[in-house]
Amino acid sequence: MAATEQLVYERPHSLSETPNSYCPGCTHGVAHHLIAEVLDEMNLRERTIGVAPVGCSVFAYNYFNMDFAEAAHGRAPAMATGLKRLQPGRIVFTYQGDGDLASIGMGEIVHAAGRGELITVIFINNANYGMTGGQMAPTTLPGQKTTSSPYGRDVETAGYPIRMAELLATLEGAAYVVRRSLHDPKNIRLAKKALHTAFEAQVRGLGFSMVELLSTCPTNWGLTPLEALKWLEQNMLPAFPLGDYKVSPSLAGTRP
Amino acid sequence: MPRELLKGNEAMAEAAIRVGLEAYFGYPITPQTEILEWMSRRMPELGRVFVQAESELGAVNMVYGAACTGARVMSSSSSPGVSLMMEGLSYIAGTELPVVLIDIMRGGPGLGNIAPSQGDYNQMVHGGGHGDYHPIVLAPATVQEAVDLTVEAFDLAEKYRNLVFVVADGNVGQIMEPAELPAMREVKRATPEWALTGAEGRERRFLSSIYIDPVYEEVTNKRLQERWLEIQQNEVRYREYYLEDADLVVIGFGTAGRIALTAVRAARAEGIRAGLLRPVALSPYPYAAIDELAKRASAFLVVEMNAGQMLEDVQRAVAGRVPVDFYGRMGGMVPFPDEILDEIRRVAREPRAQADPRVAWLKRLEKVLPH
Repeated sequence: MAATEQLVYERPHSLSETPNSYCPGCTHGVAHHLIAEVLDEMNLRERTIGVAPVGCSVFAYNYFNMDFAEAAHGRAPAMATGLKRLQPGRIVFTYQGDGDLASIGMGEIVHAAGRGELITVIFINNANYGMTGGQMAPTTLPGQKTTSSPYGRDVETAGYPIRMAELLATLEGAAYVVRRSLHDPKNIRLAKKALHTAFEAQVRGLGFSMVELLSTCPTNWGLTPLEALKWLEQNMLPAFPLGDYKVSPSLAGTRP
Repeated sequence: MPRELLKGNEAMAEAAIRVGLEAYFGYPITPQTEILEWMSRRMPELGRVFVQAESELGAVNMVYGAACTGARVMSSSSSPGVSLMMEGLSYIAGTELPVVLIDIMRGGPGLGNIAPSQGDYNQMVHGGGHGDYHPIVLAPATVQEAVDLTVEAFDLAEKYRNLVFVVADGNVGQIMEPAELPAMREVKRATPEWALTGAEGRERRFLSSIYIDPVYEEVTNKRLQERWLEIQQNEVRYREYYLEDADLVVIGFGTAGRIALTAVRAARAEGIRAGLLRPVALSPYPYAAIDELAKRASAFLVVEMNAGQMLEDVQRAVAGRVPVDFYGRMGGMVPFPDEILDEIRRVAREPRAQADPRVAWLKRLEKVLPH
C-alpha cells in the first residue's frame, strides 16, 4: 500500500531558484525567505515590484521571483516612490542595508516615511558595511572594531549608533515601524509576523511601513555563524531594543 | 491653437502636460521654479502624479523609478540642482530608460547666482555623470522653440530609450513672449515590453544598470555607443541665418545665438557679410555643417554665455583651417548686441589665427568689467 504523501514544505514561489551570493551563516537568506513566504501567503507575488539596494543584497533582484528594479546606493525609497506613484495598485518594497538606508540614504528614507509613501521597507541592520568588507556603519556599536574603526568606534570622533526604527516612528506618515531580530527561531517567527503586518499596512493604504531586522555578518565580524548569533543577542539587542515603535490603530487584530 | 503671451518656464511645463506627461518630480530652484509650481497645480487637477521631492537627488531617483514603469515622466532643475542629479542621470542612462529633464541654466560655478548662463554646456553635452553615455541635448532660443523642443524631447526619449535634456538659459525660462502651445492629447499609457508592472502571468523582469561581469557591461556599452551613432545620423538640428554668402560665420546657441542674430543683422546693414549658425541640438552637434562652412568662410566667431565650452566643439569641426575667434560673458552676464557687433567688426577687419582665442578675449573683457 502506497504511503500517502503530504507536502510539508516547498520553496516559496516568490524566491527564484538562483543560488545566492551570501556568506555561510549570514541572515540575509533568512530575511529573503521570510519575505518570500509572506508574499506567497498573501498571494502578492504577481502584484509586487521590489527595489534592490547597493550592498550585499545588491543581487536581490536575482533571488526574488518577481519584477525588480536596482537602485543607486541609498536611493531605493525615492525609486520606490516613483514606481508606486505610477503603479498605485502594485505592492512596492525596498530591501536595504544599514549603510544604504541609515547613512547615504538617510534623506530618502526619512522623506519617504514623512510623505507616508505607500511602500514597505525591509531594513537589514548588521552593524557594519558588509559588501565593502566590514567598515563602520551608522549602526556600528560604540567600541566595535571594524576595518575603518580599527581601535573600536570612538564616540568622541565617530558619534553614536543611529536607531532608525525609533527615528522614523516619530513621523506621522509612518503606519507601521517595528524592530525584530533573526538570531533564533522564536524571533524569526516574530519577524515573519511583522513582515506580514507591514505588507498588510501597504495593502490597506495606511502609510509607510518598515521592519528593521537585526542581522548577523559572521564573515566581517570574524565569528562563526553560531558565535555571530550569540554576539547579536548579547551586544545588539541592548543597543537596538526589539519592539513596536509605531503601529497604526487600524492594524489592530491583523496579525496572522 | 491661438498664440498666447507665455512665460518660458510655464510654457514648457504646459507643453509637457499636453503631450501626455504622466508624472513630474522636482525641487524648487531659481530660475526654474515656475515649472514646479505649474506642475503642482496642473498635474493633480488632471489626476496625474506630482511630487515635490526632498532634493534633486530624490527627484531624479523618483523619475528613475517612475520611468521603470514605461510612463512618460520628467523633472526640471537649474544648474546646481542638475549637478546633484548627475548620479541618477548616469544610472538612468545605464538602465536605458526614456527620461526628459529641463535645465534652466544659471550663473556658476558653485552657488553662483540666479542670472542666465550657459555654463552647463559641458556638464550636459559632454557627460557630467560617470561612464560612457550620450544624452540628446536640445537648446531653445525662444519660448516657441522651448515649447516645440519640449514636445519633441519626449518622442526622442522614447524612440531611443535615451536621456533627453532641454537646456535653456534663465532668459528663455523667464522671458514672456507670444507662442503657440500644442493641443491637449490623451495620455498614451504605453506599456513597453521592458516595463516593470508586476509579473502577472508572465516571467519576471528587472531593470538595472548593474552588469557585474565586465563582459556584459561591455556588451551594454557597445549597444549604447551604437545607439549614439544612430542618434548622430538622425538627430542633428541647427538653424542657419544669412549663411549662403557668409564670409564670417557666427556660432551661438540659445539666448547668445538670439542676440548674435541681432548683431549679424546690424553687421549686414554695414556691409559685412556675416551669417549665423545656431545649433538647436547641442548633442548631437552639427559638426558636418560647420565642416562645410569652414570650406568657404574666412573666419568664425563663437559667442557664448560661458568661457568657451562650445568653442572647443567648433574648433574641432573647423580643425584649424580658418581662424576661430571667441567672445563670451560669464557668471550670469548677458552680452548686448552692440558688444557682439563690435566683435564681428573686429574679426571682419582682421581675422587672426590664434592657438587659444580666449587669451585675447580675457584682455578685451577687462575693458567692460568693473575694476
